[in-house]
Amino acid sequence: MAEQLLRAAPELAVASAMPARARALSGPHGPRPRRRFSRRNVFIYGTLALVAVYYLLPLYVMVVTSLKGMPEIRLGNIFSPPVEITFEPWIKAWSTACTGLNCDGLSRGFWNSVMITVPSVFLSISIASINGYALANWRFKGAEVFFTVLVVGAFIPYQVMLYPVVIVLREIGLYGSLWGLVLVHTIFGMPILTLLFRNYFASLPEELFKAARVDGAGFWTIYLRIMLPMSLPIFVVAIILQVTGIWNDFLFGVVYTKPDTYPMTVQLNNIVNAVQGVKEYNVNMAATLLTGLVPLVIYFISGKLFVRGIAAGAVKG
Amino acid sequence: MTPTYQGRPFSLFRNLNAKIASIPMILTALVIFVGGTAWTVFYSFTNSKLLPRASFVGFDQYERLWATPRWLVAVENLAIYGVCTLVFSLVIGFVLAALMDQKIRFENTFRTIFLYPFALSFIVTGLAWQWILNPNFGIQQVVRNLGWESFTFDPLYNADIVIYGILIAGLWQGTGLIMCLMLAGLRGIDGDIWKAARVDGIPTWKTYVFIVIPMMRPVLVTTLVIIASGIVKVYDLVVAQTSGGPGIASEVPAKYVYNYMFLAQNLGQGFAASTMMLLSVVIVIVPWAYLEFARRRRHG
Repeated sequence: MAEQLLRAAPELAVASAMPARARALSGPHGPRPRRRFSRRNVFIYGTLALVAVYYLLPLYVMVVTSLKGMPEIRLGNIFSPPVEITFEPWIKAWSTACTGLNCDGLSRGFWNSVMITVPSVFLSISIASINGYALANWRFKGAEVFFTVLVVGAFIPYQVMLYPVVIVLREIGLYGSLWGLVLVHTIFGMPILTLLFRNYFASLPEELFKAARVDGAGFWTIYLRIMLPMSLPIFVVAIILQVTGIWNDFLFGVVYTKPDTYPMTVQLNNIVNAVQGVKEYNVNMAATLLTGLVPLVIYFISGKLFVRGIAAGAVKG
Repeated sequence: MTPTYQGRPFSLFRNLNAKIASIPMILTALVIFVGGTAWTVFYSFTNSKLLPRASFVGFDQYERLWATPRWLVAVENLAIYGVCTLVFSLVIGFVLAALMDQKIRFENTFRTIFLYPFALSFIVTGLAWQWILNPNFGIQQVVRNLGWESFTFDPLYNADIVIYGILIAGLWQGTGLIMCLMLAGLRGIDGDIWKAARVDGIPTWKTYVFIVIPMMRPVLVTTLVIIASGIVKVYDLVVAQTSGGPGIASEVPAKYVYNYMFLAQNLGQGFAASTMMLLSVVIVIVPWAYLEFARRRRHG
């Protein structure tokens, strides 16, 4: 039967045999199969598209909900686009939503988060890059031991160190303040950042360092004049890693700050999960989106660098 | 650059700048990581309440811990969440990576979509899914409006399955990263392996299972460690989605620790619980580190 068909329509046979052969020889690393709508392609793209829809759904639902008025939410379903677009929920979430007695919206949490994130990122990256540089180029006795302790320490659950850090912060008078939280982020960002910078500096050609030494440059000169300008990409990766990590932090924020200094994530949770009052789902979703906006913008701008950053920082969790 | 010690009198001052620069690292490692951990373990054997007090009670706190239903629920939840997260994120992550590795178009678009949840805070993820799973407005109501009146899907309000509701959100956020790691692993495999398998007529799925996956061992180990260390830390997600409810049904160890340390003012309990968390990590990490180092030594 098949043979008959083949003889009857030689062009057809060639057309269908070609991709079959190409497929057999190609595998994932060969040339792209000729036929666009082969069963294999439909399966691959179909599955990926389906999964993509699943991944995009929550974002879509959040956006749609935040643009609806409350009456429309009560009537309609969460997937339907807004009949009447309103930005009222966004304005309310930003400037008048209540947490406890404070009714000045998420803006306070936003600025707290900015005031926490900026110095934390700057401080943690400066310290960790210098540490990494010392470990890679100026090895001294015992340095590796401390470094090993540091990296192993990254695996200890934070809960184990929460209270001792409270005591340390209380002793130096920073408990409950923004600067206390900055210090905490600097401390707990250190393992992964030091590892990142140490490995990067160790991969730079040693001759550069030696030549600078011969020319009489010292520890700080080499760092500032040679290492720093040469490692901008890794600094960008570190900045992406730290900004998203610190912005998204909840645990340290809730433990080490007071209601006045709560970062955005903590305030968001308090707004949405408040027990009293009528639930305004549109305001809640607008607030949620506002909090997620900063890391999302960074993510969509930075693209592949973000992937590098998280691949390095994923151990941090 | 390694300093050579030739009997110089002041070896402490050799490399002085590097040592000064390392002070923050040394302090962090010794005071916070070693000191803090030792301190917590030490005080877990006391009956500290509001403030840490060094009055020892032996293993009392641990006995009380394992007799508390809340802790047992927390441990059970973590076990379910952990096993499911491990299995599902590995399987889904690998399948997605294998599909992405078929020389497809729009690879970057797909990757961007799969990975964006990972950029979000667990709080944001939790609140978004809390809304979608809301029985009065979310998926359940949408399906009911379509005409299936008895449809029930309210994981966050059903104590028996609440942990799976949290799992859905956790997987949504985390699998993109696993997919990326797996994809990097797949790309690292020599194309000639695939050609050789073709020549020998081995079907694709067999090539994956018996050749490619065993070759991806280093990537798999890294992935496993990443997933595992994320599981123990699960806290924000639960707080955002259910605050531990309904009742105590979605309690997890990290939340138990926080509640006893900072809300219930029962520090000793909190220390004992956090020490148990540390112990669970040690049980996972130590054999892994041992095997890894033993392997490396054998292979030089």
